[in-house]
Amino acid sequence: MPEQAPAAVSAARPALPAPKRGMSNLRKYKALYLISLPGIIYFIVFKYLPLLGSVMAFQNYNIFKGFTGSPWVGFDQFRRMFTYPEFLRILENTVLIGFYDLIFAFPVPIIFALLLNELRKVVYKRILQTVVYLPHFLSWVIIGGIMIGILSPTTGIVNQVLNAFGLKSIYFLGEDSYIRSILVGTGIWKDSGWGTIVYLAALASVNPELYEAARIDGASRWRQTLSITIPAILPTITIMFLLHIGNFLDFGFERVFVFVNSLNESKGDILDTYIYRVGLIDQQYSYTTAIGLFKSVVGLVLVMIGNTLSKRASGEGLY
Amino acid sequence: MKNKGGLFDGFNYIFLTLVGCLMVFPLLHVLAKSFSSSQAINAGKVRLIPVDWTLTNYHVILGDSSIWRAFMVSVFITVAGTLINLILTASLAYPLSRPEYSMRKVVLIFILITMIFQAPLIPNYMVIKNLHLIDSLWALIIPSAISAYNLFIMRSFFVALPSELIDSARIDGAGELRTMWSVILPLSKPAMATMGLFYAVSHWNSYSSALYFINNRALYPLQLRLREIVLSNDLGQAGNLLENVNEISPAGVQMAVIIVSVVPIIIVYPFLQKYFIKGMLIGSIKA
Repeated sequence: MPEQAPAAVSAARPALPAPKRGMSNLRKYKALYLISLPGIIYFIVFKYLPLLGSVMAFQNYNIFKGFTGSPWVGFDQFRRMFTYPEFLRILENTVLIGFYDLIFAFPVPIIFALLLNELRKVVYKRILQTVVYLPHFLSWVIIGGIMIGILSPTTGIVNQVLNAFGLKSIYFLGEDSYIRSILVGTGIWKDSGWGTIVYLAALASVNPELYEAARIDGASRWRQTLSITIPAILPTITIMFLLHIGNFLDFGFERVFVFVNSLNESKGDILDTYIYRVGLIDQQYSYTTAIGLFKSVVGLVLVMIGNTLSKRASGEGLY
Repeated sequence: MKNKGGLFDGFNYIFLTLVGCLMVFPLLHVLAKSFSSSQAINAGKVRLIPVDWTLTNYHVILGDSSIWRAFMVSVFITVAGTLINLILTASLAYPLSRPEYSMRKVVLIFILITMIFQAPLIPNYMVIKNLHLIDSLWALIIPSAISAYNLFIMRSFFVALPSELIDSARIDGAGELRTMWSVILPLSKPAMATMGLFYAVSHWNSYSSALYFINNRALYPLQLRLREIVLSNDLGQAGNLLENVNEISPAGVQMAVIIVSVVPIIIVYPFLQKYFIKGMLIGSIKA
């Protein structure tokens, strides 16, 4: 498999534009091309070869027969996917969790950024920023550990508070009714502070004269926010929204996998965790490759729709 | 009117302060528990300050060789991985920033495609397997050698450098490699530092690739070992060290392991803070 890579690169070389100029350019800047070679080989081997390997979604892949020996089954794996109640349940989980994330987690950094922007004491603003960015740099295992500790039915602080009010302890991670809230909530805790950076940067670039003029005209701060601040950051919000839509199904394996267990997986399992369990552990290679391919294609379609909408709305696209 | 604004300001300060507390209190709570006795933890007395101050939880970790091995594995992956990240990212970003590199457009599109259409997990696994990287620490380093996103950020940084620098280096007779090494890279120290920190943090925090590609438990990085301890209530070796199980709360040990794996992040955090806003801004402008 590795020997395919250099072959592919050298095959790409003669395809340079305008042969003579291309060849002399190649000779003159040989060093530049050589420097870029390892990186290009990296993308071929670790990004394009797996894409090529995705053809196993159309096979009934057998480890002993390999890619060439395994029988081709057309769209059977995809048909199988949509007739499995289990797959449909996981798809529902993935879409619902993604949807909750969009509704509840997406607006939080915007609100935080607007509020932080209203702070007048610069030092205090700095301190708060330092504090709210920190959780972004913690790993999901650590956040999982912290949350499990806080939510523990015996030693967790949340249940102690509940008990103090005479309520019974709740085993938050041992029931399927809380898992989606926990997944979305921990995401808000981890990344909403970090998410403010982009919006704060957009806010910082608003011309202060606009506010001055508004103040002279007697506009209240609320009015200034509505008429100056929000329109100013709307393009940023649009771009962030589109990026979010494009990653809709990529909720994140690492996040879900620390919280999901056999007691809550009926509502917490998503495509990525399902692919890991059924694909890598149970070795249903072709079936889970089909699921992965389905996920990538949906993602691509979402990005393209988002880009078209963005170009129509603001004249600017992601690519 | 003025009064109204004052009311809002007061509310805003209080609200944001509460948000700030919500961000740090869980960590302080963990820290407090890691220094508390099991009786205090089980009785639910520990809030933000350790109760019955003790170092027992840390002694248990110190005595567990599997945790230290995992720690060293993570250090190796982070250091070697970040070096490879920086070398490969810079060596592809630099040619892509030069107009003389005539394949520029083709290569950029070729990389962009990998960002918007990703291969599923299993074919990725097959590539790693066929390269005989399963159960090798290189499987945690090489497959993530370049982040396309970081590559684009670094390229836009190189593009922004004045081209006169390259011209004058050429007049002085420097070759391409030499120009990159002694003119471009020294000027890019802040950019490289930012990117290195981001790469390092993601190496340190990641556990999914180890879960996919490492079966040998002796090669588990810290996050994966931590996951076992925290999530499976499996104290492994540490559990056997407990002479009197009632004396040491697993919760306390779990919290101590969390603290041990957070400390390196807290140490680099001031540096991250110094650079990341700049880094994010370059990224967001070109995104």
